[in-house]
Amino acid sequence: MPDTGAQRVLRKEDNRFLTGRGRYTDDFNRQGQAYGVFVRSEMAHAKIKSVDTSQAEQAPGVVAVFTGKDMEADGVGSLPCGWTVTDRHGNPHKAPPHWPLARDKVRYVGDQVAFVIAETDAQARDAAELVAVDYEPLDAVVETGKALNGPQVHEEAPDNLCFDWEIGDKQATDDAFAKADHVSKVELVNNRLVPNAIEPRAAIGEYDPGGDEYTLYSTSQNPHLLRLILCAFVLNLPEHKVRVVAPDVGGGFGSKIYCYAEETTCVWASKKLDGRPVKWVATRTEAFQADAHGRDHITTAEMALDKDGKFLGMRVDTIANLGAYLSNFSTAVPTYLYGTLLAGQYKTPAIHGNVKAVFTNTAPVDAYRGAGRPEATYVVERLVERCARDLNIDPAEIRRRNFVQPDEFPYQTPVALTYDSGQYELALDEALKMIDYRNFAQRRQESERRGKLRGIGFSAYIEACGIAPSQVVGALGAGVGLWESAQVRFNATGSISVFTGSHSHGQGHETTFAQMVADKFGTDYNNVDIVHGDTGRIPMGMGTYGSRSLAVGGSAILRACDKVVEKGKKIAAHMLEASVDDIEFDQGTFRVAGTDKQKSIGEIAFAAYVPHDFPQDVEPGLDETAFYDPANFTYPSGVHIAEVEIDPDTGETQIADWVAVDDFGRVINPMIVEGQVHGGIAQGVGQALLENTVYDPDSGQLVTGSYQDYTMPRADDLPSFRVGMTETPCPHNPVGAKGCGEAGAIAAPAALMNAITDALGTEDIQMPATREKVWRVAQQRLAPAAE
Amino acid sequence: MPTVTMTVNGQQVSRDVDPRTLLVDFIRNELHLTGTHVGCDTSQCGACVVHVDGTSQKACTMLAMQADGCEVATIEGLAKNGELHPMQAAFKEHHGLQCGFCTPGMVMSAVDLVQRNPDPDEHEVREWLEGNICRCTGYHNIVKAIQHAAKEMRG
Repeated sequence: MPDTGAQRVLRKEDNRFLTGRGRYTDDFNRQGQAYGVFVRSEMAHAKIKSVDTSQAEQAPGVVAVFTGKDMEADGVGSLPCGWTVTDRHGNPHKAPPHWPLARDKVRYVGDQVAFVIAETDAQARDAAELVAVDYEPLDAVVETGKALNGPQVHEEAPDNLCFDWEIGDKQATDDAFAKADHVSKVELVNNRLVPNAIEPRAAIGEYDPGGDEYTLYSTSQNPHLLRLILCAFVLNLPEHKVRVVAPDVGGGFGSKIYCYAEETTCVWASKKLDGRPVKWVATRTEAFQADAHGRDHITTAEMALDKDGKFLGMRVDTIANLGAYLSNFSTAVPTYLYGTLLAGQYKTPAIHGNVKAVFTNTAPVDAYRGAGRPEATYVVERLVERCARDLNIDPAEIRRRNFVQPDEFPYQTPVALTYDSGQYELALDEALKMIDYRNFAQRRQESERRGKLRGIGFSAYIEACGIAPSQVVGALGAGVGLWESAQVRFNATGSISVFTGSHSHGQGHETTFAQMVADKFGTDYNNVDIVHGDTGRIPMGMGTYGSRSLAVGGSAILRACDKVVEKGKKIAAHMLEASVDDIEFDQGTFRVAGTDKQKSIGEIAFAAYVPHDFPQDVEPGLDETAFYDPANFTYPSGVHIAEVEIDPDTGETQIADWVAVDDFGRVINPMIVEGQVHGGIAQGVGQALLENTVYDPDSGQLVTGSYQDYTMPRADDLPSFRVGMTETPCPHNPVGAKGCGEAGAIAAPAALMNAITDALGTEDIQMPATREKVWRVAQQRLAPAAE
Repeated sequence: MPTVTMTVNGQQVSRDVDPRTLLVDFIRNELHLTGTHVGCDTSQCGACVVHVDGTSQKACTMLAMQADGCEVATIEGLAKNGELHPMQAAFKEHHGLQCGFCTPGMVMSAVDLVQRNPDPDEHEVREWLEGNICRCTGYHNIVKAIQHAAKEMRG
């Protein structure tokens, strides 16, 4: 492994979290604040005949009750979908409006119908009970597989079809299948998940009539983007009059990317109340009902192979459930973050993918940790494992035969992406060694002796991260650019303030970014402060998602550091009476090349703010801003291997071992990176074993609406993980980093399900492989043949 | 409104409260000790764990009035004289926290575990943590941190 100077230093942010001094949105209370509670639809699909707010308005402490009609009268816009997907016939996707408060219909259980504001939270809750909504119930459809023939959710979308999209060459793929020696096929359900950051969403909207200014405190992963959407699309506000503060945020996993109805309504309501701050904090039940959900695909996939197990072509048909309304980036997830990853790590020459995205009477679905890439990896890696089993080829060997080789980069896949780098076999070999693959057969026998079923499963994943080159995503329909910005300011006394548009909600940016900057300037990382999460302090930003913070945000920081150095050289040249061209910079010192004449960056910074002896053509100050737009996606990759032991009598799947070998490019803080991998795997294990979002097919009620019904992975559901790394630096960004936040969640479900199906000896089980399902399958397999 | 009196982090406090006030809301809203968090509404997540008379309790599952006359300790009271408690120090040392939201409840719960079982093995730690949900860490480093803290606390 190359020496990168990576350092396992402890996190700067930890002390405040460990001592209860973190500041999350609900910890803020504004002068004169009132409390808002949403009245939510109890129906999956219904016409709103009337909303009677009169009793609620009379209840103790009530300040106001607002409905969709009030917002309509005020000209409030629709929550937008920010990515236009063009269907296979060249038409844009169907984009029905999504009003922050429902106007004439409700379309899922949890849809916002009214907003009750009172002096206290309890009074608002009590009064919300008194809002009488008269519904005319309509038939509902919640199941992904039934949406195309179900009751129509939106007038604009016949057959509930949002778009019918394709990628790849259909003819070439058909030809590959025509000449195949063998075809393997899988049918897969990618279960719907609720992201479940432990901090529920919250917002405080505050209007200042004096300056005609708005402030929104919000649990956001991307405050600038939230401001942009809020201003440009929904509330029609001038962007320079709106400040969005996203303070400490207790986990996001994608669910806090979006501009939601609730924070929008808080900002609007504060204006209606002439500046009274309005606070809303979601209950966990509301989080289940109204946070953007993740995944929810059903897929049929086939692979054409020659007799040696070489992949010739792959065909994938997916139905993706987008829920009742389009969340901000929902359309991009099952298309450009999914279809483009169907090549996996393999040289499959022809691929065709078709995705039908459908509306249903369920909560909107959008990016959740991995976003499209876990779904793609699940399809590819379940299918590859199936191929190995069908052809009786070792699962490691079939992958090896089809991997893109290190000398083949940049590698153009048949599904649009150009992979930049990777050493797939290296990671596989390392993982095989770590899990002691050679002796697996022995371990399996040993388990059998104890009446247990042992299985092993592989997942060799690739993801496209560092989202993303603006021109590329613009051409694909994105409504925004996906650069990042950073400002690096030397203060006069030599400390450094870094303002980044990336947002940390667990990732440890305050440490990693500080390490990177400290390394650049040869100072201690405690001398560097990372400022994030406030549009009032940070020039611009696009936020944190798609494993982009270090690869894109970190690159912007390094670019700003470079500008600081360039300016510092001019100042040093003046002070050292040398030519700028002769000044060298290293580890915080400017030196005249070949001499011992030097100035520290601290001296230069002081001179920049006390410019008594200063070059005439240079402005005072040492404070530089950079924007970085990536040249390509980054392509983290790796191999996870899961080994399980199943008790056929109880259906319990015990994870006997888990190894992960990931390639994230350059690593700054291995401790933090390993933590990201652990957390990602846990979410992937949750998906494969435990978690499922269930709507009742008849009533459309959310059955799994609390932690008593939705099985979150707990400490005793999980093993310890063994994490290894290979390091192939990203060739096209200055950090060399690829991103690590999503890998675990992308890799894990396929590894675990491959292991479980290996142990059970049947493919016939869908996620989540709960104890009951595993027990039923195991009993069937073990039962003596019918008489 | 009835008056409740309790000792919180060593200081006696007295407030008039709406009888339905939960202990967690009392701590957060009346005492402004916002380190104790609310992550669910079904007593599952454990973000609100505090100590009441020395043992861990979910503060969302008690009325403030039920804590009348009790000794309550919150995360803010754990570090002494600016020194992290060994459990806090171990969470930091072993990267047992990411977003920090579940952390106060996790730490308060873990301190109670080690009071009851000074040398818990991995399985015992994992079983104990049933009542605390973390979405970030996968628990790997939390388990490691608690075992190291236990060792430290045994001296």
